[in-house]
Amino acid sequence: MGSRHEIEIVVNGEPRRCGTAARTSLADLLRDTLGLTGTHLGCEHGVCGACTVLLDGEPVRSCIVLAVQADGHAVTTIEGAGGPDGGLSPVQEAFCDAHASQCGYCTSGMVLATQALLEERPRPTRAEIDEALGGNICRCTGYVQIREAVERAAEGSGAR
Amino acid sequence: MTETEFRWVSKPGRVREDRRFVSGRGRYVADITPPGTLHVALVTSPHAHARITGIDAAEALEMDGVVAVLTGAELAKETEPLKQYLNVPQVQWRPLAAGETRYAGEWVAAVVAESRAVAEDGAERVFVDYEPLPLVLDPEEAAEDGSPLVHPDHGTNVMAHREFRWGDVDGDRARAAGTTRVRSRWNRNSTVPLETFGVVARWDRGRDLLDVWASIQMPQFPEQLARSLRLPTNQVRVHFDVDVGGSYGVKRGIKHGVLAAHLSRMLDAPVKLIEDRAENMHGGDFHGPDRLFEVELAYTADGEFTSIRIDVLDDEGAYPGRSPLQLAKPIGAIVGPYRIPSVEYNATAVVTNKTGQVAVRGFGQSPTNYAIEAAVDAVARDLGMDRMELRRRNFIRPEEFPYRIPSGTEYDSGDYPAVLDKAVALADLPALEARRDELRAGGRLAGIGVAACLEPGGGNAIFENIMNPSNDKTTFPEACRLRVDGEGAVTVVIALSSSGQSHDTMVATLVGEELGRDPAGIAVVRADSLTGMPSQSPVGSRMTIVLGQAIRGAGDELKDKMRAIAAHNLGVGPDEVDYDGGDVAVRADPARRLAWAEIAAIAHRKQHLMPPGVQPGLEVVHAAHTPRSGALAQPDGTVQVYPCYSFEVHLVLAALDPGTGKVELDRYYIAHDCGTVINPDVVRGMVYGGTAHGIGVALYEQFAYSPEGQPLTQSFMDYLLPSAHEVPTIVDTEHCTPSPYTTLGQKGVGEAGYMGAPAAVAGAVNDALTAAGAPPVHSLPIKPGDVWAALRAARDDHRGDK
Repeated sequence: MGSRHEIEIVVNGEPRRCGTAARTSLADLLRDTLGLTGTHLGCEHGVCGACTVLLDGEPVRSCIVLAVQADGHAVTTIEGAGGPDGGLSPVQEAFCDAHASQCGYCTSGMVLATQALLEERPRPTRAEIDEALGGNICRCTGYVQIREAVERAAEGSGAR
Repeated sequence: MTETEFRWVSKPGRVREDRRFVSGRGRYVADITPPGTLHVALVTSPHAHARITGIDAAEALEMDGVVAVLTGAELAKETEPLKQYLNVPQVQWRPLAAGETRYAGEWVAAVVAESRAVAEDGAERVFVDYEPLPLVLDPEEAAEDGSPLVHPDHGTNVMAHREFRWGDVDGDRARAAGTTRVRSRWNRNSTVPLETFGVVARWDRGRDLLDVWASIQMPQFPEQLARSLRLPTNQVRVHFDVDVGGSYGVKRGIKHGVLAAHLSRMLDAPVKLIEDRAENMHGGDFHGPDRLFEVELAYTADGEFTSIRIDVLDDEGAYPGRSPLQLAKPIGAIVGPYRIPSVEYNATAVVTNKTGQVAVRGFGQSPTNYAIEAAVDAVARDLGMDRMELRRRNFIRPEEFPYRIPSGTEYDSGDYPAVLDKAVALADLPALEARRDELRAGGRLAGIGVAACLEPGGGNAIFENIMNPSNDKTTFPEACRLRVDGEGAVTVVIALSSSGQSHDTMVATLVGEELGRDPAGIAVVRADSLTGMPSQSPVGSRMTIVLGQAIRGAGDELKDKMRAIAAHNLGVGPDEVDYDGGDVAVRADPARRLAWAEIAAIAHRKQHLMPPGVQPGLEVVHAAHTPRSGALAQPDGTVQVYPCYSFEVHLVLAALDPGTGKVELDRYYIAHDCGTVINPDVVRGMVYGGTAHGIGVALYEQFAYSPEGQPLTQSFMDYLLPSAHEVPTIVDTEHCTPSPYTTLGQKGVGEAGYMGAPAAVAGAVNDALTAAGAPPVHSLPIKPGDVWAALRAARDDHRGDK
């Protein structure tokens, strides 16, 4: 089982203190210990991107980040991606407008990867969109409506 | 009814499921953990074929947190084998191998522990002794006498062999000027959803009731669970209010369900089994068709097809299950969109020492479409004829519908030339050709692919009867419960789980249209398998068609009742009033009417205003057969297979790097006809997604094995699902020839894109290769090495000529 550790992380703006085994992944901590099941596990090899969360604002694959590595850092999951009033964020609204989701399993990671992209590049090119989402696999949509959602969200952010 | 008459159908509108998915509020099976849940990990076979001579679980059982270890032999004593659809009683498919293991990765024992991590630790401490046995991997070798046998008691690896002849094959071949033969290979792949299969089972000893939550898309899942567990069917309750993280046909974890349920019964605790990716890819029995085709097309000098022969050999893996039936469904579209008066179809299913196959998107149709289209392209090359002109010349003409094909199915409707025209216009074909030439001038190889393919929709299960005449199932019903409560709110209850098809939106839209009530206010909820109605699950592109029929029936019954109540209160006969958007009005004097809310109030609360003999409440259940089903297959296999036939034309431009063999898709256009569209965004999503899936089949995806039967595709690092880098912008346009056999003219769309993409992409690559003097590649996926080898062969040939 390995050693156990006490860690402190800020999850969706809220400081949390939890005990974890050294080998526990950040994804398992979020899902099993903190009950944040919006983070989905697709491959547990760091390939598919379904488990993407933001670690200090940067997208990471939470299946290959250990929970202890997040000690002292801030994590944003899909549960914390919405607007401050509990509504949807502009990125989430754009995903709804474009019907950029079918089964929903990759969607949490897609939304967070998009959010991170638009933080850095408010008006991304098509190549930048593909690069930012290239590590997030979607089996349902063929990416067309996801790209549309990213573009809509970018246009929206430009308008504000 | 035309599109313009609809109030909500075919209109852009938000998909109601999206809101919960973008905010992470879907509820998948992995998110369901009843108190006290135990977790399962699996011990898997490292051998492709071996006798199990001993299992030592002592070390595992000593570990903290490990609760139990179950072997295949122990499970076999307490359960029945899983269902086979062929009559093959010696083939025993079980959740855990008993006695022998028949493929590498097969589950041999289950370890149950307080957490999944501890269960995995335990699985590493279960020691299994094996005695390796001879194995067979190649399907052609497996079909030969003297091959090692996967199931020795069955006596042969050939599980099914059927030969069909429809029409005047000899006469049609005699009048042909030539024939072209193409041997093609559709290698082993699958849909591989991002969510693996998962199940939670909880046996309630106090109630004699098994509760199951599972990521299923499977007809008869509850019944098959009960049968294998030796339980009465009314003690198994499968919950359908579970979001399924993708399926596309494969989420049929009956063995997972039986295993988890048995463990729950044995341990008196909820048991959860969530596959990891390796368990899913190697041991889930979720692989798809793995086929070798030989297609021979006979044609006249001016390119009129006279006859087709399709020989197909399908490698089922170790356990055939429902998979051989995937050889029968394509009988319903065996000539594609073409007027071919006679057909020979010879289908063989063999078993090998590989992971078992399961139903995959299209149930055998996409591989068949690919094989037919590869042969059509080859005929064009042999005749020196334009590929589109050849197709156009052979298309069934719009005035010929309904059109009976030689194998007995009538295509409902279509306008194939118009859809091809739309694709050509959408792509701006001259511009596409100019782009191809520009790529070629820049030093790359480039080619245009075209595919014209059908999507049978409205799935029934008559293929069970075709492949196994002793199975006389002729209906595959769907149902809904429609209720208007005392406040006038509408709720629709359905009894199926969804895996991304946006059924809530579809059902609300259709019910709204039927009743003339705003879909936004209509609730859609899921019953479970005991409180629900007949449902065969959303397979075979059938829900808008069959559930649509049930919704029409329920709406009509509800309106009848509302008319009876209103007429009674308006003092006229029931045939003197009209239903009008929720109100009921006197036909002769429409100002005299009873409003929706008043009728609902009377039905629920005012017996004194109810017509005598009418039941209180406003609630109806309506079950519908699949349109045009009901007949058994004739001895020659002729029967109406599916009722509706959607159509799609793909035009794709591929660019190939001659140095690396890498293929890039430069442009992608589709014209698609699924009759009346219910929700435009959902339909185009299906078309794009199916196309991306087909691109994967054409270029990237294969479950490969070593000569020893070891799986070489170990993870998503080797089994390559297309990413945003591989899928180009796909441009789609819709055409609409309504089906005459459905409520609003709708047809199926769940397999759209996937029906034509493998054929179109392969056609584009082969157009590029043949233009460069290289031979076409007739094996999917076309890997960079295949392209490079084809170019190398051409170069060597060229040198040899000198």
